[in-house]
Amino acid sequence: MEIDRDILLLMLRRMWMIRNFELKVMEVHSAGEFSGAAHPYIGEEAVAVGACAALEDTDYITGNHRSHGHPIAKGGRVDKAMAELYGRVDGYCKGKGGSMHLADYSIGILGESGILGSSVPVAVGAALAAHIRGDKFVSMAFFGDGASNQGALHESMNLASIWKLPVIFLCENNQYAVTTSYADTVAVDHVSDRASAYNMPGMLVDGQDAIAMYEATAAAVARARAGEGPTLIEGLTYRFEEHSLGLGRVARGAYRAEAEIAEWRKRDPLDILEKTLTSQGIATREECDAINAETVAEVEKATEFARNSPFPEPEDLFEDMWANPIPLP
Amino acid sequence: MAQTVFLEAINQAIQEEMRRDESVYILGEDIRRAIYGATADLLSEFGEKRVLDTPLSEEGFFGAAIGSSLVGMRPVVETLTSFMWVAMDQLVSQAAKMRYMFGGQATLPVVFRASMFYGAGSAAHHSDRSYPMFMNMPGIKIIVPSNPADMKGLLKTAIRDDDPTIVFEDGTLFGMRGEVPDNSELPGEELLVPFGEARTFREGTDCTIVAIGGAVNHSIAAADQLAAEGISVEVVDPRTLVPLDKKSILESVEKTGRLVIADPAHKVCSAASEIASIVSEEGFWSLQAPIQKVASEQVHIPYTPSLEKHVYPDAPKIIAAVKRTLES
Ligand SMILES: Cc1ncc(C[n+]2csc(CCOP(=O)(O)OP(=O)(O)O)c2C)c(N)n1
Ligand SMILES: [Mg+2]
Repeated sequence: MEIDRDILLLMLRRMWMIRNFELKVMEVHSAGEFSGAAHPYIGEEAVAVGACAALEDTDYITGNHRSHGHPIAKGGRVDKAMAELYGRVDGYCKGKGGSMHLADYSIGILGESGILGSSVPVAVGAALAAHIRGDKFVSMAFFGDGASNQGALHESMNLASIWKLPVIFLCENNQYAVTTSYADTVAVDHVSDRASAYNMPGMLVDGQDAIAMYEATAAAVARARAGEGPTLIEGLTYRFEEHSLGLGRVARGAYRAEAEIAEWRKRDPLDILEKTLTSQGIATREECDAINAETVAEVEKATEFARNSPFPEPEDLFEDMWANPIPLP
Repeated sequence: MAQTVFLEAINQAIQEEMRRDESVYILGEDIRRAIYGATADLLSEFGEKRVLDTPLSEEGFFGAAIGSSLVGMRPVVETLTSFMWVAMDQLVSQAAKMRYMFGGQATLPVVFRASMFYGAGSAAHHSDRSYPMFMNMPGIKIIVPSNPADMKGLLKTAIRDDDPTIVFEDGTLFGMRGEVPDNSELPGEELLVPFGEARTFREGTDCTIVAIGGAVNHSIAAADQLAAEGISVEVVDPRTLVPLDKKSILESVEKTGRLVIADPAHKVCSAASEIASIVSEEGFWSLQAPIQKVASEQVHIPYTPSLEKHVYPDAPKIIAAVKRTLES
């Protein structure tokens, strides 16, 4: 598959943006600039970026607690994302959602859910709207290997299949749910094996390879837009950091062998994409480094933006409850 | 004015709204063949895309309804209160919380129509009257119509409202006949009942009964019997619990000085409790007697009629409660 140079460079930019965003989040979180859970996406960037590169702004996504990568991959703004983590008024959700609940309705990011599996039926619903109205958009649900065991997933896959809805079920199999290995919780070898039970294609993809993710997703999107129904894609990947910031108290070696972590770190998705781009003459080393540096600067600016944004006022507590407001009880 | 059965009123509301707005569609189990009656003839008029029979997957299709509402559809979900339990996560984590959590970006014009089939030997798994649980959680508007006209007018308003709504449809009323105005008789040629406006069914001076859903008719019967004994009772139906028209309730209690609350839901942490607490906090100096709650006993719904009939509020219990308020 021939992929536009623009798309390849955009993928590289978004992957660096996520990487540098997460590094910054780790830095300022440990410096105590904001509290609350945050789940780094480092190591998994190719999954969301490759997948979202196959989408348009008019397509929809929903996601989960590991929530910074999806919106950035879909083209979201790092300043609003960072301000949300800081709990400020200029954040995506005016400080009401925080790290786990980023959303940008202007470009189809319907929101990240802290309840796992819960946002998958919602993505199916967006696709149902396309089906009823005859619109051409698709929707994509991101979920982890852990969440793949939720009933909501199974109901969603069945619904999407019987109604031939334009949905892509995108499992980010980073092989652990906090400390629990997916081999101990998933009854089949791969989450994608479950697709056959719902009469849809299941694709197992190298989640460290953005191009492979892009190609698989583009095929699924084409299927969806042609009215042929949903696809389950499993991006096999690995989280390089701890499950959540501040969860260092669970010793890494207690559930993931150091050797295993080291082995996966050798397959850094940024290295893999840059090697492809440079070896095929699509981009030079300098161009790749420049993209990295630009995203570092952008994240730096975003952090300043977040720091300078005010906190919401007490009266903002009562805003945004209702579209058609009613009196407080 | 036409005499209309409660179920027909539901059907009329859905049909009119589906005709008016193409984004309105309905989904649920066995609705194409109108298993419960409310969805009769919708399939033939609106076709399969807008009248969807779902698999037994409440979590899945509640969530799908919610997701479609985020992108411009106006789904009406048909279900039973008792089946909402398996989809609670979608109702609570998504429908109720999304708008606030996303800083106002999400708009969810989704209606859940939940039948309450109590009082007919359905036993504990099919007899839930669960609106108090949803009142406890911000984010969902809650409607409990007590007659065909309000059923129709409130459901139409719910479908047009831009927030998630649960309409608790009282199964004891499904066969009730009542006057529903013809559209041609109405200003704007349609019946729309606003949220947050109570309706007073009987005016009185000695005691107020605030009654919910199926308890309204029992309260009206009680008021009529008490009138024969010279006791003047006012019957107020809040019609919507979220938002709640506390002004009308407080004004009525100010006039009568006494309050009985009749509510088919369980009595602990209930709509009745909330109304009692509002009146204690804000209407205390109007009260001449302790507030009386006549709600369901705090037990599960037994199957056998010989036991079930003791659970719910009825006219004799309501009459006894009114008389207790008059003793002091
Ligand atoms: C319904 C639900 N159960 C449990 C949790 C607690 N929890 C948060 S993250 C997590 C692990 C999720 O694993 P996975 O789906 O594989 O995603 P990953 O963190 O690996 O990206 C758990 C159990 C939750 N947030 N929601
Ligand atoms: Mg995982």
